Amino acid sequence: MIGQHPNEMRTPMRRVRGLGPAHTGTGHFWHQRVTSAAGVLLSIALIVIAIALLGRSHAAAVQILASPLVAILMLLFIVNSAYHMWIGMQEIILDYVHEDKAKLFSLLANTFFCFAVAFASAFAILKLSFGV
Amino acid sequence: MAELEASTTAGARRARPISPHLQIYRPMLTMMMSIVHRITGAALYFGFLLLAWWLIAAASGPNAYANFEWFIGSFIGRVVLFGYTWALLHHMLGGIRHLIWDTLHGFEPAEREWLTLATIVGSITLTVLVWIVGYLAMGGPR
Ligand code: HEM
Ligand code: HEM
Repeated sequence: MIGQHPNEMRTPMRRVRGLGPAHTGTGHFWHQRVTSAAGVLLSIALIVIAIALLGRSHAAAVQILASPLVAILMLLFIVNSAYHMWIGMQEIILDYVHEDKAKLFSLLANTFFCFAVAFASAFAILKLSFGV
Repeated sequence: MAELEASTTAGARRARPISPHLQIYRPMLTMMMSIVHRITGAALYFGFLLLAWWLIAAASGPNAYANFEWFIGSFIGRVVLFGYTWALLHHMLGGIRHLIWDTLHGFEPAEREWLTLATIVGSITLTVLVWIVGYLAMGGPR
């Protein structure tokens, strides 16, 4: 235990690796804050866009969603939220799921879910924008 | 004690003292809001499916879009959408509160109560406002 601080609860190996239970460090905490700050603006944008689309015909809705500014804001919302909610759900899983297999399974499911909804949504926006 | 010894002799892991959890504390508004922040976060997580459905329907064509509109126009659809609006606004305001706390401000007892109350009152007010504006934009409830 050479050089270990008396109050240090981590083993030297943990300290060398710099890893917590998520196998990554405080980076996620910070990214959660960054995506939150961006999320405030982007969520307001989403609500405004949604209101603009209410009750419109399919053709009109497509036209609005495909316009560059709206499409870019939607893409930013999608990517930002997907990363934000991936970190958030990982935190929830690590708080409640302790058994190894269940933990691995839920962490994988979280990743698959976030990638899937984000790619599907982003693909839809791109398809609308490029009109094919 | 007998239980404890039995489990030790059986070679099982010894029961260790554990720290108390939620149930021993008097419920407080800040605590409840912490729970609600987590619940709304999880609700928005699955609510993303709704957003994906909407965009994919728009990209797929008029028929798919009509199906989505039928769902969202139904009673259940309206309730889900109202819930999503509130969850998003509440989680957003709660998130802003977290960001304020991250700067080490707002921790005095009166301040944190005030911030927490503002979150809940603000989210309900904003949700109702957004829906009023939404209905106005559509030209009346449908
Ligand atoms: C669709 C949008 C969003 C989804 C799906 C989402 C999802 C989540 C989830 C699952 C968590 C984890 C909850 C927990 O650990 O208790 C979380 C935490 C958080 N969210 Fe969001 N969120 C969204 C939008 C936002 C927005 C707009 C903000 C703006 C401020 C925000 C701020 C935060 C903050 C600060 C945390 C961390 C709270 C903590 O450390 O306890 N989120 N989010
Ligand atoms: C939704 C809001 C809630 C929040 C923000 C919350 C927060 C937490 C946190 C931070 C932990 C510590 C996790 C760890 O480090 O191991 C924890 C553990 C726990 N929570 Fe919650 N909790 C919430 C709701 C609940 C509810 C509704 C229940 C029960 C029905 C519950 C049951 C537990 C249990 C049993 C543990 C201990 C898990 C373990 O460590 O084995 N929690 N919670």
